Amino acid sequence: MIRKQSARTIRLRRLLVFWSAIACLRSAAWADGPQATPNIFAPASTPASSILGLSWFVLAITGGIFLGVGGMLAWAIVRYRVRDTDDGSEPAQIYGSTQVELAWTVIPILIVVVLFLTTARIIFAVQDAPKPRAALDVTVVGHQYWWEFRYPKFGIVTANELHVPVSNTRAPQPTYLHLLSADVDHSFWVPQLAGKTDLIPNHPNDTWIDPLHTGLYVGQCAQFCGVEHAKMLLRVYVESPDDFAAWVKQQQQPGNQDPKVAAGRHIFETQACTNCHRITGTAATGTFGPDLTHLASRATIASGAALNTPENLHAWIEDPDNLKPGALMPAMQLNGEQIDELVAYLTTLH
Amino acid sequence: MADQTLPIPGSIDVTPQRRSPSLLIESLHEWVVTVDHKRLGILYVVYSIFFLLVAGAEALAIRIQLAWPGNHFLSPQVYNRMFTMHGTTMVFLVGMPILFGFANYLVPLMIGARDMAFPRLNAFSFWLTAFGGLLLYYSFIGGFGLYGMGNAPDVGWFAYAPLTARAFSPGHATDYWALALIVSGFGTLGTAINIIATTLSMRCRGMTLLRMPLFVWLMLVVSGLTLVTITPLTAAQIMLVIDRYLGGHFFDTQAGGSAMVWIHFFWIFGHPEVYVLVMPAFGIASEIIPVFSRKAIFGYPAMVAASVGIAFVSLGVWAHHMFTVGMTSVGNTFFVLSTMLVGIPTGIKIFNWLATIWGGKIRFSTPMLFCVGFLFQFLIAGLTGIMLSVAPWDWQLHNSYFVIAHFHYVLVGGIVFNIFAAIYYWYPKVTGRMLSETLGKWHFWLFAIGFHITFDTMHFLGFFGMPRSIYTYEPDRGWNHLNFIISIGGMIQGIAVLIFAWNLFHSYFRGKEAGNDPWDAWTLEWAAPSPPPEYNFATDPVVRSRRPLWDLKHPEDPDWKYEA
Repeated sequence: MIRKQSARTIRLRRLLVFWSAIACLRSAAWADGPQATPNIFAPASTPASSILGLSWFVLAITGGIFLGVGGMLAWAIVRYRVRDTDDGSEPAQIYGSTQVELAWTVIPILIVVVLFLTTARIIFAVQDAPKPRAALDVTVVGHQYWWEFRYPKFGIVTANELHVPVSNTRAPQPTYLHLLSADVDHSFWVPQLAGKTDLIPNHPNDTWIDPLHTGLYVGQCAQFCGVEHAKMLLRVYVESPDDFAAWVKQQQQPGNQDPKVAAGRHIFETQACTNCHRITGTAATGTFGPDLTHLASRATIASGAALNTPENLHAWIEDPDNLKPGALMPAMQLNGEQIDELVAYLTTLH
Repeated sequence: MADQTLPIPGSIDVTPQRRSPSLLIESLHEWVVTVDHKRLGILYVVYSIFFLLVAGAEALAIRIQLAWPGNHFLSPQVYNRMFTMHGTTMVFLVGMPILFGFANYLVPLMIGARDMAFPRLNAFSFWLTAFGGLLLYYSFIGGFGLYGMGNAPDVGWFAYAPLTARAFSPGHATDYWALALIVSGFGTLGTAINIIATTLSMRCRGMTLLRMPLFVWLMLVVSGLTLVTITPLTAAQIMLVIDRYLGGHFFDTQAGGSAMVWIHFFWIFGHPEVYVLVMPAFGIASEIIPVFSRKAIFGYPAMVAASVGIAFVSLGVWAHHMFTVGMTSVGNTFFVLSTMLVGIPTGIKIFNWLATIWGGKIRFSTPMLFCVGFLFQFLIAGLTGIMLSVAPWDWQLHNSYFVIAHFHYVLVGGIVFNIFAAIYYWYPKVTGRMLSETLGKWHFWLFAIGFHITFDTMHFLGFFGMPRSIYTYEPDRGWNHLNFIISIGGMIQGIAVLIFAWNLFHSYFRGKEAGNDPWDAWTLEWAAPSPPPEYNFATDPVVRSRRPLWDLKHPEDPDWKYEA
């Protein structure tokens, strides 16, 4: 992960910081809330910053071409418009010129060579980066319409909110994501961390991130996957090593068994909930839906469709179609009292 | 000038024929059984304009839904049908048929022929295409059977497997989609064969290949390209139908099938398809820009070579739609290079148009206004295309609104602008009447303003991480204002298109008489009367250069003296 920095890349990076600052400002002015936006101009991880550096280079070249050719076009249109004083004669007919044709063939070829070599360098740098020993492995499984995250080393399974440790340039601790799909094509995209990579059934993919700052990064599924593709949201929590270790430890515990909510737990275990959901330490071992062992530790439900509040949970269990029309969870036809008890139980699952 | 009869051999209108007025049913019958290339061309264009309005309405429904976050104008299910039908309709029922319609009408006239090589195949192809479109739209009624709610295809116009498998797409919506495209695909193939045969074997005396108007050249190239691009699509559709009905497992990932095979097949069709659509538009620009700049096209042989070059290179770039599916770094690098190479012949074309304008006397009639818009917009579309060809940047931009902005810049800013230019330019030939210039200018300016408000803004949404195909978005992502602006732009474009439709209708009855050659142009179709009689030319024309009418109008300085 240690990269030699030539004077050029440093200059490029300064330029990049300057422009991304402007871009952030601009997006902040347009933003409607305080939350981080999934902005490709505000990278927080090596793949995203390498891409942005390359992007500025390409933007500069294409911008130059636009100014040059567009300027000539504009000038020609103004200069050679027919005037009121025109005598009606035809202008000089020019049929072509081999030298000129040659010139405007060779110059684009040179530009393509430069662009291609620069691009190839970044493709190999990002895609074929050597994997450090310290890397954390996470398996991501796309489902219609939610995300499953498995941490094989820790024996954790969670959903929709990915927790990863923060990395740093001296001792990089990247997270490697192994991407699978349980049904149709999906795409994992958190713009501030890396470009997107698709999750395709029968076609495992890999990608990596090494977030350099703690915080919450948002994204969402970027490959149309059915009715609720729009509500297949992603949240990535980047945590300090201590916070991450604490999170891991908590997630490794079996589901909370508070006797005060035994009634709710009983409803959960005796209804069809168990066919699709797992709560470690109970009879619920389904794998079709999200693992709920630590549901209350998550900020959102229904893959980000709503905040994780008791009211929303109640509404969700009563009729999932109301919050997320087309979600695959059926309405369980429970009465209000049963749902209240169920919600009371679920909110204890820290 | 308007009524000037040009003494070109064959252009003399010996019998200015007006049929005696007949019953409505008789004239309708004539349109159904016609094999005249001009009538079929008109049928194609009218059919496409109808679907342009339909798919435009679908786009507006999409834009109303997205105008603010959490809108409930459309349900997610209906939204998904809208964008699927918008894309499918615009590509297969608007873009292809309207361009083939222009070709049908113009190619025989431009090469001095009396009809296409196979008139009855021509009629057959049109009706296949037409019924393909009806079949697609019948899905609104038949998708889940007549007893239930209507249900149109909702799997995206790219229809990635395995979302199209029966497990994920029950009912018949996807079947209508596949069958409609198979049917209209055969129609397209028939027309392509016909155009190739016509240009190769029906040219008048003196019309060598290198004297053909560029529009004819481009249609020849496009038709060749169509033969090799529609076939893989048809093959993939047949595989899909086998999967859905005969228990095949081509794309059934639960049974070891491959989702990747569909993606490859689709883009082996899908990318050259972009060139199938855009190259006729190049042809239109190459006819109109010289006439309104009053200069011969600059570098005709280079233009022909660049077109053929684009066609060949376009067959080797499809996987630039697949930079995110997990190809190897070497694979990605290859497709970066091949994609960037397309920029070279395309650049040559833009430079040649620029050189054509350079030193001319530009008249800004409506057709030229649209072509000038095309030049700027296509330049930008090409440059954003270069940005997307940079695979790492594409990892960010792929499937985002940046891509939507880019391809609408190509399809609307490039192709639709030229389609409008073509209609303003050739409408007088087809109907004998001019379209209103006043309404035309309103149409142009409103459409151009609406276009830029909508699609310039969309690029930024892509930068800020908004993916395509989503029926709504979170209010805290910073996308709200941009989306609202885009929707406003969409409405402005809608108004412009309505003005256009009114202009088409109104000018048919009230437009100024056009005469044979209202634009003082140079290609053979302007030597025929407006509208041309069924046989086009009374006697076969003979040409000595690329601009036969220039030679006639300027006997002191004819083109054939300069052409090698």
